[in-house]
Amino acid sequence: MRNSARAPSTGLALRLGKAGLAVNALGIFAFLYVPILILIVFSFNDTRTVARMTGLSLQWYEKLFVNRDLLAAARNSLIIALTSTLVATVMGTLTALGMDRFHFRLRKTFDTVLYLPIVIPEIVMGISLLLFFNLAFFPVIQLISGASLSLGLWTILIGHIAFNIPFVYVIVRARLVGFDRTLEEAARDLGADEWRTFWRVTFPLLLPGILGGALMAFTLSLDDFLVTVFTAGTASPTMPLYIYSLVRRGVTPEINALSTVLLLASMGLIVLSLAAQRRE
Amino acid sequence: MTGGSENRSRRGPLLVLPAAAYLVVFFVLPLVLVLVISFVERGRAGGVRTPLVPTIAYYIRLFDPLYIGIFLKSVRIALLVTGVCVLTGYPLGVFIGRAPARVRSSLMMLVMIPFWTNFLVRTYAMKQLLAAEGGVNGLLLGIGLIQEPLSLIFNEFSVVLGLVYGYLPFAVLPMYASIEKFDLSLMEAASDLGANLRRAFLRIMLPLTLPGVVAAVVLVFVPVVGAFITPDIMGGGKVEMIGTLINRQFGVARNWPFGSAMSLALMLMVVVGVIYYFRTADEGARPL
Repeated sequence: MRNSARAPSTGLALRLGKAGLAVNALGIFAFLYVPILILIVFSFNDTRTVARMTGLSLQWYEKLFVNRDLLAAARNSLIIALTSTLVATVMGTLTALGMDRFHFRLRKTFDTVLYLPIVIPEIVMGISLLLFFNLAFFPVIQLISGASLSLGLWTILIGHIAFNIPFVYVIVRARLVGFDRTLEEAARDLGADEWRTFWRVTFPLLLPGILGGALMAFTLSLDDFLVTVFTAGTASPTMPLYIYSLVRRGVTPEINALSTVLLLASMGLIVLSLAAQRRE
Repeated sequence: MTGGSENRSRRGPLLVLPAAAYLVVFFVLPLVLVLVISFVERGRAGGVRTPLVPTIAYYIRLFDPLYIGIFLKSVRIALLVTGVCVLTGYPLGVFIGRAPARVRSSLMMLVMIPFWTNFLVRTYAMKQLLAAEGGVNGLLLGIGLIQEPLSLIFNEFSVVLGLVYGYLPFAVLPMYASIEKFDLSLMEAASDLGANLRRAFLRIMLPLTLPGVVAAVVLVFVPVVGAFITPDIMGGGKVEMIGTLINRQFGVARNWPFGSAMSLALMLMVVVGVIYYFRTADEGARPL
């Protein structure tokens, strides 16, 4: 602003630039939210159309809560998300601690392996697990124990743990970078043993990172489609598989109602994550 | 003290062991298996032929113009989507970065909500808008602008639109993180020294916020080039990309070896592309 007298063209360009930024922002937010708002509005429609509002009704929500397939899918998704989050959070956190504080053979190699699941296309991870279970894991188990296994909830779970470990690892490791280790030394000097130091000093300081990693894992697992679809077999779909089968068939206000419920659930998760961040 | 340090070096591997063992069995081994399967003949009813018959036929088949075309089209779509996301997402990051602190967190929240929302739900939101019996057609028919519903969906445009809709938040988040750290008074300093806005942006702001742009490009390009959900739902079987092609080999086509060869080609392309891209981006703060 100070130099507007000297370079009026710069001042004009700056003002045009500011207006352009505002228009662009408005356009993007409209682009992101208009489809979502329309989706919510039509979930309250009283006929089977998503083109015109003909009247208000809650019938599509009522149908959701008596839909057995949907409830089963929701239950499957929650079981898998909670279990895979728990296992991946423990393993990912231990790994972050081990990689951050100790030097050992193959450490560099393992670091690369930990980043790979984040980088490679998800569909490749999905088909690799499909091949692995069908052509290696099941035959080997059958050879050893005679049990014949097939794809199901437990194979989905194995896949979800595999892609969740790296994400928890990366997030907790980032938290360890700024970690003040003199705090641990102080606790040791004051006579706390290693176990006590970990639980009383290290763990509470790492907790926001661990919670952040867990929340990320939970969301990724709830959302995952590609790894799930290749490890699910024929029975027991999860929520994304169930939604996919509905969405492929067409557009109906039932899907709108279901989507609205899921939208509210993910907004709840955001509030949770913001609360976790505020703890820092 | 020596006893202590020896103890330490043994504890590192112990902490890492569960995850290492898990990922070797359920991530590395399956990938090795993809490599092996891509070099053997398929079975008559799916799976692989036993005993295994080695072949490189599936790699040769990848060079069929049909498949080369689909690979190129996927790359073209991914580049277009990445370009649109970065070119609109960056100014949005600047807009949010310049906003007053209180407004800023609300605006970031507006970017985060789609980011955390189920991807299928968002793809569906776009689908119901464009569908023949959907929102846009309903509106246009309602005001009498058209008599017949337009076919807005199941073409390359709707796939690109769906992908931009799906991945735009992934581009905004890392770019905003870089822009927020950038000291905007530097732009003022440059302008005081006589640089015009464009020059100040290209010479100062862009180089200093480049890490965010680099991250945004990778975060959008990698998932988009191998995307399955969006081309499947927004393309309705009419827009073939690598992801839908691979999926078909493991579904109706039941050609696991060919699907494996394709997956490896995709993975190689993405990994080599990302490494090369990071190198070029590192080499100097040259604009994209």
